[in-house]
Amino acid sequence: MTRSSITIVGASLAGLRAAESLRRQEFDGPITLIGDEPHAPYDRPPLSKQFLAGDWDEEKLALTKPEKLADHDLTFRLGTRATAFDLATRRLSLDDGDSLEVDGLLIATGARCRTLPGTEDMEGVFVLRGLDDSLAIRAALDAGPSRVVVVGAGFIGAEVAATARERGLDVTLVEALPQPLGRVLGDEMGAVCADVHREHGVDLRVGVGVDAIEGDDRVERVRLSDGSVIDADAVVVGIGVIPNTEWLEGSGLEIDNGIVCDATCLAAPGVTAAGDVARWPNHRFDEFMRVEHWDNAVEQGGHAAKRLLQSDDEAEPFMPVPWFWSDQYDRKIQLAGRIRPDDDMQIVTGSVEERRFAALYGRAGKFVGVLGFNRPRHVMQYKTLIQQGVSYDEALAAEI
Amino acid sequence: MKIVVDFDLCESNAICMQIAPDLFEVRDDDFLYVLNEEPGEDRREALEECVQRCPKQAITIAE
Ligand SMILES: Cc1cc2nc3c(=O)[nH]c(=O)nc-3n(C[C@H](O)[C@H](O)[C@H](O)COP(=O)(O)OP(=O)(O)OC[C@H]3O[C@@H](n4cnc5c(N)ncnc54)[C@H](O)[C@@H]3O)c2cc1C
Ligand code: SF4
Repeated sequence: MTRSSITIVGASLAGLRAAESLRRQEFDGPITLIGDEPHAPYDRPPLSKQFLAGDWDEEKLALTKPEKLADHDLTFRLGTRATAFDLATRRLSLDDGDSLEVDGLLIATGARCRTLPGTEDMEGVFVLRGLDDSLAIRAALDAGPSRVVVVGAGFIGAEVAATARERGLDVTLVEALPQPLGRVLGDEMGAVCADVHREHGVDLRVGVGVDAIEGDDRVERVRLSDGSVIDADAVVVGIGVIPNTEWLEGSGLEIDNGIVCDATCLAAPGVTAAGDVARWPNHRFDEFMRVEHWDNAVEQGGHAAKRLLQSDDEAEPFMPVPWFWSDQYDRKIQLAGRIRPDDDMQIVTGSVEERRFAALYGRAGKFVGVLGFNRPRHVMQYKTLIQQGVSYDEALAAEI
Repeated sequence: MKIVVDFDLCESNAICMQIAPDLFEVRDDDFLYVLNEEPGEDRREALEECVQRCPKQAITIAE
């Protein structure tokens, strides 16, 4: 399929990797990337890790080198937000008043943080998604707060808590569920993470919600649902993200917790989506997914880019085994596959006590997931087995 | 074309090895070994994919 031009909305990980892979597929027409952040594409994972710790500077976050960009002849319109798209006329409107008629369109507008209502303008209360957020939190940590309260022990919250602890600060981590990371890892493995945080001196409160964040202009304290009150001068809220799709209302594209795509990442003729904003049926797991992981943004960016150059007959379904990592203290936690709380689970190498192990998950005899603590190589090798569709017994017997 | 790996960043997750097993190997000691530091031009595409897929941004290509 020949396209006169390709426009990418969202100039971050999925968008940039999509553009790069278009050039690798030898697409030589114009590529325009539209991104509302003023910054050149940068990497987000270090924002809760090395960058927040103060060990890295901004330069290290760059997702690509300026010479590479020049090589690829990409047109960037940074600091520019797409405000609307109309599928019927293929017109894309921008907040600077301009509008473009697009041929191929790839949407990679990602997600933004959920906030606690009423705290958006309170000084000392932060969310973490972008470079500016991380800079603001870093400055707050530099100021030596008496206590940092992190609301939500998902991956971002757990990483911020770990980084703040490693900077020697007092940290309280509050989670409404019975265990940190419980939604993803289940209670048993969530409990292992809970132990790791407590061993590092985090004041972990689980099974409690936040009733109020109080203070005049600045945050002063956090009131929890069990009646306790924690004095705090910095609060980081990590309670999940919302896909950035509002600008597509009325576009003619289907929106339902993300941009709804077919199995090949196609949202409409000549329109694809990738990364945190895309939802598609992953045939490997018979499940509609929207995946908020780094590696998925890269892989799906490439797939959605290629899809724009393919006819319907050539198109292939996107069937990845989702994979992510999280670094907390000196633990590298990695999960590949799709696990559920009631899956079978068995440790195959190392032990929970050593905090170094791989755990395999099975469902109805099928091998569906692997969790590793400081076992990066094992996780990747088991991921290959998930890809091959082996049975749970075969995975347990495999020599890795 | 020369492969440069920043071993302080590399976490041995073997993603590069999956893409280009002729160039990278994570061994049983959990360290990454570069098998061929100066591959031919025919491996450029695979190597560029490794650069992009490495989640730690640990691989660079020196021309
Ligand atoms: C602090 C932090 C730590 C993380 N750590 C890990 C980790 O350890 N491991 C892991 O696997 N994943 C991690 N992730 C997740 C990973 O970074 C994301 O999955 C990835 O960034 C998704 O890429 P994306 O391009 O789809 O979306 P995004 O990175 O969200 O990029 C979307 C871009 O589009 C822009 N945009 C939005 N709306 C518009 C519009 N209307 N017009 C123009 N531009 C628009 C946004 O401003 C943004 O620049 C982390 C994320 C964060 C925030
Ligand atoms: S992909 Fe990157 S982090 Fe992983 S083993 Fe290769 S160089 Fe190391």
